[in-house]
Amino acid sequence: MSEMPIDEASVAVKELPIAERTQLLIIGAGPAGLAAAMAASRRGIAAMLVDENPVPFETMGEDVPLHFGQRMTGAARNRNAMMEEVLAADPALTEAFEAGVDIRLGTVVWGLYAPMPTAGWIPGTIAALADHERSWMVSAENVVVAAGRRDMGLAFPGWELPGVMGAVAAARLATTYDALAARRAVVLGTSTETMLAVAALRRAGVEIAAIVERADTVLDPAAVDALTGHVVARAEGDAEGVRAVVVTAVDADGRHVAGSERRFDCDTVVLGVGTVPAIELLEAMGARVAFDDARGGHVPVLDARQQTTRPGIYAIGDCAGIWPGKSRDAAVPRAEAEAAVAAIAASGDSHDAVLPDAPAADLAAYRCGWVRASVVEAAGEPYVCQCEEVTARDILEVRPPRYLGWNPPTQKPADLRSLLGDGPPHPDQVKRLTRAGMGACQGRRCREQVATLLALGAAEPLAQVPLATFRAPVRPLPLSRLSPGTDAVTVGRGWDSWFGMAPQWVPFWKVPSHYTVSGREPEGPVASE
Amino acid sequence: MNAETTKQTGASVVIVGGGVTGLSAGWWLARQGVSVLVLEKGIVGWGASGRNGGGCSHHHSPLFLEEQRLWPMMDELLGYPTEFRPNRIRLACDDNQMGLYRRALENGEYQGFKSEALDPKQVRELVPLATDDVTGGYFYHFGGHANPHRTVQGYAWAIEDLGGRVLQHTAVQGFVTSGGRVTAVRTDRGEFGCDHLVIAAGPHTEKLAAELGATVPMMPARAEMIVTEPLPLMPLGGVDGNGLYGRQTLRGNLAYGGGPHEWLNVEDIEAHRPQSTPLTGDIAARLARLLPKAAHVKVIRSWAGFIENTPDGRPIIDRLPTVDNVIVATLSSVGFGLSPASGHAIQEMITEGRCTFADLSSFALSRFDRLEPDWRELQGWRPMPVG
Repeated sequence: MSEMPIDEASVAVKELPIAERTQLLIIGAGPAGLAAAMAASRRGIAAMLVDENPVPFETMGEDVPLHFGQRMTGAARNRNAMMEEVLAADPALTEAFEAGVDIRLGTVVWGLYAPMPTAGWIPGTIAALADHERSWMVSAENVVVAAGRRDMGLAFPGWELPGVMGAVAAARLATTYDALAARRAVVLGTSTETMLAVAALRRAGVEIAAIVERADTVLDPAAVDALTGHVVARAEGDAEGVRAVVVTAVDADGRHVAGSERRFDCDTVVLGVGTVPAIELLEAMGARVAFDDARGGHVPVLDARQQTTRPGIYAIGDCAGIWPGKSRDAAVPRAEAEAAVAAIAASGDSHDAVLPDAPAADLAAYRCGWVRASVVEAAGEPYVCQCEEVTARDILEVRPPRYLGWNPPTQKPADLRSLLGDGPPHPDQVKRLTRAGMGACQGRRCREQVATLLALGAAEPLAQVPLATFRAPVRPLPLSRLSPGTDAVTVGRGWDSWFGMAPQWVPFWKVPSHYTVSGREPEGPVASE
Repeated sequence: MNAETTKQTGASVVIVGGGVTGLSAGWWLARQGVSVLVLEKGIVGWGASGRNGGGCSHHHSPLFLEEQRLWPMMDELLGYPTEFRPNRIRLACDDNQMGLYRRALENGEYQGFKSEALDPKQVRELVPLATDDVTGGYFYHFGGHANPHRTVQGYAWAIEDLGGRVLQHTAVQGFVTSGGRVTAVRTDRGEFGCDHLVIAAGPHTEKLAAELGATVPMMPARAEMIVTEPLPLMPLGGVDGNGLYGRQTLRGNLAYGGGPHEWLNVEDIEAHRPQSTPLTGDIAARLARLLPKAAHVKVIRSWAGFIENTPDGRPIIDRLPTVDNVIVATLSSVGFGLSPASGHAIQEMITEGRCTFADLSSFALSRFDRLEPDWRELQGWRPMPVG
């Protein structure tokens, strides 16, 4: 019996080059990831612990992976010095190294992949790694994702100035890098996470000029002195960055109260209005995510052992959910790490599922309140998406980008429902049409704002607005550094731009009247058109 | 209220599938004053129509002349921007590619379009991101590229501007037939009556046609692309080659795809989203070779999409043999660029009884009358087992 034929242009005959294999890959060397590494070590599981810090200065300048707002000191340019800072910042890294954990710093995971019925090509669980020189693939039996948190952006006039940055980014520069170039800051938001960042900034010698809260009451008691019922009317400054912030009182509908403006001199504005689980790797690989008020927004759906809906892929620490009790107490992420590693070790140890506190505040209402007062009611239409220069009105009226110069009178009523049809507006559809979130920062600074704007514009609950999808590479990486090098020879063999099917491209005046497989002309090399 | 039997307001022509082919057909029909309704199970253009390279240069197709005639007018005709830009350059990084890419020049010439072969020096002058480390290339004075997302939505909005309807989030469950004709389409939102039906549902077309007793052979597959951050615009954005298709967008991003595809079961694409793979890196390497001066540019996205192919990879635009008033349309993985013409052809088949501007005999379903039943296996089109 002859062998069954196989389509040589399909992935069926291509082999992915795997450079390394590990029993357990842990992504992120924060408290949760380090706890997982130590737990694995105790159980005799060989673990590879990968962390993107120290992040190259140029990458920080692009607000990747956090909204650094150009507030890095010159010291952040020195890669070796930053490597030492990262190591010195947490003695647990050295402990893990001494315990035999394979630690890779300055290494980013830009994609996670596992086989699924629509991607059977992927040979098991694969992580795509890159350092400052190259990319390679690691095959892992299990993966623990401890990718941490990032900041929700919030537009106001002047928010594109250097010095406007995220609270997570500011705390990271202050504590992990000792490279924060901020002296006097105005802070927006009063959550526990933001107040912990404020404490870190104060320890680093940053003076806090004011803490501003849009709501009438603060979220965390530590913010007792905050200026409530206020938002930023504008930030003022120059090429070097923020010089001052003007805040205004707002009414219950978010409208700015005339004559209520107050000015604070400062060089930095810290955005602490939303601390967001960093789920991009998990969502991009197809793990199911859901909006969970108690866990800080969209988080992976987890079982009692922290396993996502993709078998062998676990989420722990902030990317599994952010809540005040967890932010205050490192024992909580440690318990998540123990639960995940115990499951991976297939031990019978009993672990109570780590569950969040009851939500202290209505997350959706809180975000909607900020976005309405700061973005929708802003004077002068600030860009919500800075990369692609898209305003709130552009988003709500689904306008094509300005560079097209397309401005005909529209016959359509300008509301999202009539423009996009029934159902909650999908941020991906709005992105395709307005380009909001399509830029070089990969939507880091605008995706939560855009979703909130769509909820406000369509009068839908925020939780009903679909999550804009994430895609690999989850960090912007140069073409040359994504290249798998010469290893990919089997992928390159017989490469064609499309399906490599000769009959598809026969000019129509030469097509035979009947098609059968056995009647096909013998085929030479083909290039699809 | 039982949605199964709810009578909704139908239309003279109901089109199943809100991709470029169905939307273009709907738009052409609406332009003729025909009442039209497009049913889409998700969001318009959410399949391959919104996920492709945006190329408009299909010199092998009987619809080529109409494609070339229409694209320069599409912004004006639709009333919405498509970002169409004319002409295409294709670069060859080896002699084999140089030989194979000549076919477009020959096909163009046969139909009255000019092309030129380029030497490395000319390539460097015309394509700022290329170097003279190429074998050569071709400048095709035809074709071009457009923005798929914007074009899809332009069709949908233009239909509505002309009084037609596009109903998203509406899944077709079956058909009501009477006297050898389809009289209504059953959906999860009720029944929509029709005089004519067009099925242009991409990879789902085969199953829908089977409901009407007809065999429309096809198989879905997954393919993927990458996108970079924006770069200063080249004088001509329609530059590809080296085994890649794609373009520089008017915003400046490089959007390119190519390489191996994965054959899939249609049941699986209904249950799982398209997922890109580490092929991202291989496409990046090819693009850095094609445009070496862009090698430092950052990739910010990848995407995958599902497309269907017929056994010979060529379109089917034909009446179903089993019922009197149904046209089935698949462009077999090459539908975006041809969409202005394919929609026009479908409109004429309904309003004139036949396509007057092109010979569509090579799109006839009857060419598969003698097709082997196990054609998928014989061609080696095999989904890969998971695990």
